[in-house]
Amino acid sequence: MTRKQRRLVLIGAGVGVLAVAVALMLNAFRDSIVFFNSPSDVAEKHVEPGTRIRLGGLVKDGSIVHSGDLRVRFEVTDGNSEIPVTYQGVLPDLFREGQGVIAEGALDGAGVFDADTILAKHDETYMPKEVADALKKSGHWKDDYAQRAAMPVGGVTK
Amino acid sequence: MTPELGQYALMLALGLALIQATMPIVGARTNDAVLMNMAPPLAVAQFIFVAIAFCALGECYVASDFSVLNVYENSNSAMPLIYRLTSIWGNHEGSMMLWVSILAFFGALVAVFGTNLPLTLKANALAVQAWIAAAFHLFILTTSNPFLRIPDAPFEGRDLNPILQDPGLAFHPPMLYLGYVGFSIAFSFAIAALLEGRIDAAWARWVRPWVLGAWMCLTLGIAGGSYWAYYELGWGGFWFWDPVENASLMPWLAGTALLHSAVVMEKRAALKVWTILLAILTFSLSLIGTFLVRSGVLTSVHAFAVDPTRGIFILAILIVFIGGALALYAWRAPLLKQGGLFAPISREGALVFNNLFLTSACATVFVGTLYPLALEALTGDKISVGPPFFNSTFGPLFIPLMLVMPFGPLLGWKRGDILSAAQRLLAAAMLSAVAIAAAFALEHGGPVLAPFGVGIAIFVMAGAVTDIVERTMILRIPFNAVLSRAIGMPRSVWGTAFAHFGIGAALLGIVSVTAWGSEHIAAIKQGDVIDISHYRLTFDGTFDRPGPNYHDVVGHFTVRRASGEIIGSLEPTRRTFPARNMATTEAALMTRGVSQLYISLGDPDANGAVPVRLFFKPNVLLIWGGAFIMFLGGALSLSDRRLRIGAPHPAKAKAALAPAE
Repeated sequence: MTRKQRRLVLIGAGVGVLAVAVALMLNAFRDSIVFFNSPSDVAEKHVEPGTRIRLGGLVKDGSIVHSGDLRVRFEVTDGNSEIPVTYQGVLPDLFREGQGVIAEGALDGAGVFDADTILAKHDETYMPKEVADALKKSGHWKDDYAQRAAMPVGGVTK
Repeated sequence: MTPELGQYALMLALGLALIQATMPIVGARTNDAVLMNMAPPLAVAQFIFVAIAFCALGECYVASDFSVLNVYENSNSAMPLIYRLTSIWGNHEGSMMLWVSILAFFGALVAVFGTNLPLTLKANALAVQAWIAAAFHLFILTTSNPFLRIPDAPFEGRDLNPILQDPGLAFHPPMLYLGYVGFSIAFSFAIAALLEGRIDAAWARWVRPWVLGAWMCLTLGIAGGSYWAYYELGWGGFWFWDPVENASLMPWLAGTALLHSAVVMEKRAALKVWTILLAILTFSLSLIGTFLVRSGVLTSVHAFAVDPTRGIFILAILIVFIGGALALYAWRAPLLKQGGLFAPISREGALVFNNLFLTSACATVFVGTLYPLALEALTGDKISVGPPFFNSTFGPLFIPLMLVMPFGPLLGWKRGDILSAAQRLLAAAMLSAVAIAAAFALEHGGPVLAPFGVGIAIFVMAGAVTDIVERTMILRIPFNAVLSRAIGMPRSVWGTAFAHFGIGAALLGIVSVTAWGSEHIAAIKQGDVIDISHYRLTFDGTFDRPGPNYHDVVGHFTVRRASGEIIGSLEPTRRTFPARNMATTEAALMTRGVSQLYISLGDPDANGAVPVRLFFKPNVLLIWGGAFIMFLGGALSLSDRRLRIGAPHPAKAKAALAPAE
């Protein structure tokens, strides 16, 4: 095998594997990407029931209702609109009223968001970036949040 | 006084780094030995001053000097000494100090131990190392100074983020950084080779131990971080495909590829241009990892502060170093001579296969991690790319890699015999088939493909054993002869077998946990009984227990076998930290063989019911055990005398030390 042939084989193999990788990625992008929406986005964009999204905002004060069997119902708000969320399971350590939260799941036919994952940050001074942006957009960002978010402390996504 | 001393030492280190970054290169250009010989003492001196700065910061933490802003924000005098020490790197400024300390440490190591390096290569490499150091010293002094004072010193600090108050944190960040920053040596040598426009097989021999050392630390660092997330976060997961985890996985994948291509370069003088590119890419991915984690573009436990100037500074460092290195590569790489020929079916061919798949897998992780950032910057749409994406891209690319892995070491250099290799792997393949059948018969539920995953894992492990069996000729010649062959074998052969066995073991753990782990989530009251897998747990209630800077609520569970025999108790804990009004979950683990029972508690509700997460994790310890075996493989390989002795003279060394394979 000459040098030139070897190089062709190598380049061919490289392009082949890369093509497979690209095909896998395109395929995965088609059905495993989840968009982040605030409650206002959900209302504006008419998100279809059954579409997997991430819903982010603040847990509305006084909206948390526990029922037996680890079921919980609460409302996520960005100041302009609210969406009721149901979830069954153990809530994160820092899930509290008035705190930022991200719920992943889908809307059911009745407009209730059925979450299978709840992400809340592990630090009470922390505001998830997506939630902060969404609040700024809806004009309900308070300087108080910025001050708290700017404090150099960690938050955790999980 | 101490913090000022530290800051002053860091400024001096910056000055030394600037001299080290220029003078030796001028010397190498003008062939001035005096200028070139300045590099090693400068590297050592720079390290000493960085070490002084780091120790000064450490002293502020040990002494709980809350007049230092950084200490005030991240420490508390009630914290045990170990956590006061680890909180040095539990924040942005301190972790950057750790980063540059390790960078300077590696520079000093090259200066001290690189006595057999050619003068110009050593001078250029140390100068490149100093460019990186200077950039990061400047970054710390201008945007992330850990020595800033507060005019009115508070009496008490704000405490370290409670989830970081854990022994795992003493070990995970330094290991990870040793890995990240260790790859800077390969980068510096690659740039030095490009500056000289000359490279030979000896280059790989000098660089490989550094790559190997960095890879070992990164392996342990990633595994440590994974285990920390597993027991500390209370979710029972070992890998979340979180961008921050991916940031450490990418350099690991590229570094693994580099490790293998450097072998080809060392043994066969082939793949030089590719190896140089991989050396540049590996450290570039380490820098990108630092950028992702430290700039605040990602929000996670690792993004300590969101400060745009820092992000922009690191982005500038990134563009200058990666862009500059790649431009230099494009310009100078064509000067490098091509190496030896080989057939597609050969050891080289197998290693090229390894490189293709590892870099492609790395590329999918790269795209999955950065695509959301790019999309948000371009369109404003916020998306999350989660585990499904990585499972369906990374997974399929790793399967061929695993299947081919056992063949590699059995093929000869230059031209291999695939049939003979297949014959020798017959036993391994049969063992794997038995394992698949057993998995189908014994396990119910779980994905249909899971038993095949077990099969692949067993094949990889048995393949690694096959290599050793073949080489020692065990069962075919008398035991004493086998023993002497085993002892006489190059350590790097043992290293390869260990590392490959380790990845097989880790895969077995991952497949078992993912497919057959059981989970039970419930709100329970005192006296409740839960059955999980073959165990029966009784909840005996909760009690309070005070700690130094926290307060525990402990749940007590009695664990019985299905037969009723008591085998122990578990005490998962809710830990509250008053200084930050924060609670963490301390999961309780019970190890049964390599499997684990796992309980974490939630907050009790109004009627006193306690939410619990209970997992049975079959073979879960193999995941980290496998990583540790890989680390041992690296250590064995590093102790190979062929890597330590000789190789001072490029051309001669190769002829004299070429292995008889």
